[in-house]
Parts: sequence; C-alpha cells; structure tokens
Amino acid sequence: MRFFLGALLLLAIAAIAPMFVRLEYFYFAGFVVLQFIVLATAWNILGGFAGYVNFGTGAFFAVGAYSAVALYKAVALPLGLQILAGAATAGLLGLGVGLLTLRLRGIFFSIATIAITIILETVVMNWTYVGGAKGLPILRPTEIPLHFTNYTQWLFFVMTGIVLIAVAIARYIQTGWIGRGLRAIRDNEGAAECSGVPTLKLKLAAATVSGALMGAAGAPFAQYLSFIEPSSAFSLNYAVNALAMPIIGGTAHWIGPVIGAILLGSVQQIVTVTISSEMNVLVVGVMLVVFVVAAPEGVLGLWRRYVLKKGDE
Amino acid sequence: MKPADSSPPTNALLEINGVSKHFGGFTALDGVSIDVGKGERFGLIGPNGSGKTTLINCISGALTNDGGSIRFDGEEISRLPAYLRTRRGIARSFQIPRPFGSMSVLENLVVPLEYVAHSGSLHLADTRGEAMEILKGMGLADKADTRSNRLSQVELRKMELARAMAARPRLLISDEAMAGLSSNEISEVLEILFKLNATGISIIMIEHIMQAVMKFSQRLICLDAGRIICEGTPESIVENPDVQRAYLGA
Ligand SMILES: Nc1ncnc2c1ncn2[C@@H]1O[C@H](COP(=O)(O)OP(=O)(O)OP(=O)(O)O)[C@@H](O)[C@H]1O
Ligand SMILES: [Mg+2]
Repeated sequence: MRFFLGALLLLAIAAIAPMFVRLEYFYFAGFVVLQFIVLATAWNILGGFAGYVNFGTGAFFAVGAYSAVALYKAVALPLGLQILAGAATAGLLGLGVGLLTLRLRGIFFSIATIAITIILETVVMNWTYVGGAKGLPILRPTEIPLHFTNYTQWLFFVMTGIVLIAVAIARYIQTGWIGRGLRAIRDNEGAAECSGVPTLKLKLAAATVSGALMGAAGAPFAQYLSFIEPSSAFSLNYAVNALAMPIIGGTAHWIGPVIGAILLGSVQQIVTVTISSEMNVLVVGVMLVVFVVAAPEGVLGLWRRYVLKKGDE
Repeated sequence: MKPADSSPPTNALLEINGVSKHFGGFTALDGVSIDVGKGERFGLIGPNGSGKTTLINCISGALTNDGGSIRFDGEEISRLPAYLRTRRGIARSFQIPRPFGSMSVLENLVVPLEYVAHSGSLHLADTRGEAMEILKGMGLADKADTRSNRLSQVELRKMELARAMAARPRLLISDEAMAGLSSNEISEVLEILFKLNATGISIIMIEHIMQAVMKFSQRLICLDAGRIICEGTPESIVENPDVQRAYLGA
C-alpha cells in the first residue's frame, strides 16, 4: 500500500514539475535517467533474479523504438499505443530468444543476445521504410497533451509512468513465489527443478517480461530525439549500462537497479555536461570494476553491512 | 511394519524396467529393473561408480534414460521434466548438497512447499510454519534463519533431506544422506526416516554405511558397473559372494 501511494506521489510530482522547474535541460537529462531505471530494472528481472545475463539490451530497446517509429509513420499511432506495441514486440523477441536458448543452462542465452543485436541492427540498417542506416527524422505531434508546455515535459511524465510500472512489476516478482523460484534457479537450477520449480517456464516468463519492459523504455526514444538511427538505438551503451547499474546498485532487491541507475545515470549526465560524453564509458567501466572488486553486492550490500550492521545472513 | 520379504512387491509404486544410460561410449546403467512397493524401505548399494546416483538421476528426471521404462504409480514418467515428477510425488536429496545458497534454511524449504505441496492453493498455506515444523523434526530449527551457504556439511545433508520432505513425497530417495555423520547423527537420521516411512512414504536409501542401510532396508539391490548383481533381504545380501567380491575386490 505504501509502495503504491509513493508511486502515485511520484507521478503527481512529475505531473506538476513544470510549474516549478522550467529549465528544459532538466527534462532532457531526467528522461535519460528514467529510461535507464526502466532498462536496469528490466535487465535485473532476468539477470539479477534468475542469473541469466542479457548482453543485448540495445536490441530490445531498439526493437521497441523501431516498432513505435514504424507504426507512428504508418498510422500515426498515439504514444501510449506505440509504447504497448514496442513492449509487445520486444517481449516476443525475449520469448523467442528464450525458446531457442533457455532450454539449455549456462551461457547460451547470453551469447544469443549478442548475436541477436548484431543481426537486428543489420536488418534495420537495410530497412529503408524507417530510414535505414541514415536514420529518420521524426515530426513530433503538434498537440501537447494535458497542461504540459512542451513535448519533452510530456515524455518525461510518460517515462515516469513507465518507471513506476516497471518497478512495480519487479517488486511483485521479487517478493512473491515467482521471485523465490527465480532465485532458486540462480542458486542451483538442478535443485530448483527437483523442488518442483518449472524452471523453463519461469525463465521464459522472465525473459518475456524483461524484454517487454526494455521495449517500452525504447518506444518513446525517437519522439524524444525527433530522430532515430540504428547506431544510437542499438548503442552498446544500453547493454553496458543495463548490466552495470543493477550490479552497482545490488541485484537481490528491486530497489538495487533503481539506485544504480540514478547514481550512474546522474554521474553520466554530469560528466557529459562538464567533460564530454566520451568519458561516460570510462566512468561506467571504472565504477563497475570498483564495485565488483570492493562491493560485489552493490550499494545494497554496503548498506546492509554498514548501516544495518548485518553480516550476510 | 511388514516383515522383511525378498519377493518383489505386488503393489508397486515405482516400476523400473530395463533402464539403461550411456555417457558417450560408457555404459553407466545396463538394463536395470527394480520394483519398489508402496510404503517399502528399499536399499540401493554398490561400489563407487557403480551407477547408483545415475539411476536416481534417471528416476528424478535430472537425466533422461536412453532405454527402458520408468513407471510411477502406474504411469510412464521417463519423459517428464523433473519438476513434474517431483509434483507427482518423487523427491530426492543430492549426494553433494545443492543448497539455494542465497536463501535462509527456512526459505530453502519454502520453495518446494510453494511449488509442490501448495502449488494450486498457495494463498491458503502457511508455508513458513510448515517449513519450521519440518526443520524441528530434523533438528535444524535453530538454523532456520541462517543463510544456507553458511551451514556445515552435516547441516547441509540434513537440509537436503528436509527440503526433499517439504515436497511432501510419496517416494523419497536419499542419496548418501549419512556420509560424514557421527554415529549419533546416523541414528537420528535413521529414526527420522523410519518415522517418515511409518506414514506410508516409500524410501529408497543409497548408502555406503552398511550398518545403517542393512538396518533400514526391507529389501536391497546391489549394483556393480551398471548392472544389478543381486537382490534380496539384508541377510542374504551380506552373505552373497558377488557382493563380497564387488566390495572387497576379491
Ligand atoms: N554426467 C556424467 N557424464 C559422464 N559420466 C558420468 C556422468 N555421471 C556419472 N558418470 C559416470 O558414471 C558412472 C556411475 O556414476 P554414479 O555417480 O552413478 O556412481 P555412484 O554409484 O553414485 O558412485 P558413488 O558411490 O561414488 O556416489 C561413473 O563412472 C561416473 O564417472
Ligand atoms: Mg553417487
């Protein structure tokens, strides 16, 4: 209950923010951080809870983005439906990759996610309807919904909504029997199966939900930039960040990826402004190494150890 | 308790017929046939590498047998995924303990309680209370909140059994649950298994500790190099020259 009141409060804040914060850059940068919260949360459902690492977040993100673009261009689909469509196609992609590889334990899924990124990027490069390799400029709708004064504010609000849905789903999964099943899979898949856990079904469900949320995060991307091109939609950045953020925040709890995304996302925005966007990759790399070595359970692990003073019971 | 009897049971719960398993060119099981009756206490012995764990893996679904049939309660199960076999009533412990290391001991038991015993009407179940009851029975109650990767070997073996019991099986397979236990602890575990059996659960015990398995079993088979070399009551097994040869290498 507290969780849902908190979520509503955040949504309300995002709705009235334009009355207080007029600086356009806030929405522009904030949108990126929100996008990363969704990606990190989505990644963690499979990678953190079940231990199946996805290296192809960029592919799922881009599938969401390009589904939205194609439908927007074809029938001027409204944003809400673009997001649903992006989520549906990326969810199907997750299910498909899962059906091909999750019957096997181990790294086959991870390898397939790399392959799928390369394949799909090549396909989109040659898909002229959505601009091919050159990219495609997007004309945003002229009408701006609700009381917002520009479209970026509206997108910021919508992305806040997606964040809340993603986090609510992750929390629901983690705290219930599904989450316990996924954890059992991560800890010991053979023992999980012998304890009655339908491992394949759970992994497929997690891959589908995770993929769908990544697609939802990608769907508003073209509207946000007023442009889309394969190299930015399929950027390796998404794969790296979606993996680094949960690891830095902590993978065991739904709040971990949120913390990691806010932390890493903000640092990157600051670095982009003060130094250069090329430095971002370096920042992520260094932070990842530091955390993996010094705090393998992420910010959450540090919190438990130094604030709650618990061992690792 | 029914008297020790070497004849195969008429009311078989588990019927294994001509099961074989190959790893590449190596034959780990070669036409193994066994019947285990409802409520029976069944011993499975054999020297190291004779195929005992492989047979258990084929029964529980961790491996798929290459030939032969495995029927449980009258139905063929040898192509079912492991989780469905567990739901039908076959639970096992692992020879090398496989805890869910990031979970507490209690949560380790909640997994099968949620996914087997109460999969269907989970909302009505007090799975934690039930898990606690089982832990008490195993003498692990004080470890309930300990993270399971912190347990000692002995505690891990007990947890393996406790977790198998949490699946509320009709057939429990214990794969060397007593290795490394002190004689007091062995009697403790034996007593637990006897009690379980008294509630009607069939038990297959794999054990190198002869004293325990002979005391426990009503009927035994001895495997050697993937074949059954003899079958009978504990008394007849100890005296069997093939068994003595297999064990002593004479
Ligand atoms: N997955 C596998 N791949 C290849 N060979 C295997 C595999 N599992 C078991 N084996 C081989 O099959 C034979 C039987 O092994 P198994 O583990 O069933 O023996 P066991 O009777 O349980 O022995 P122990 O008493 O030592 O536990 C051994 O020679 C073993 O090396
Ligand atoms: Mg063995």
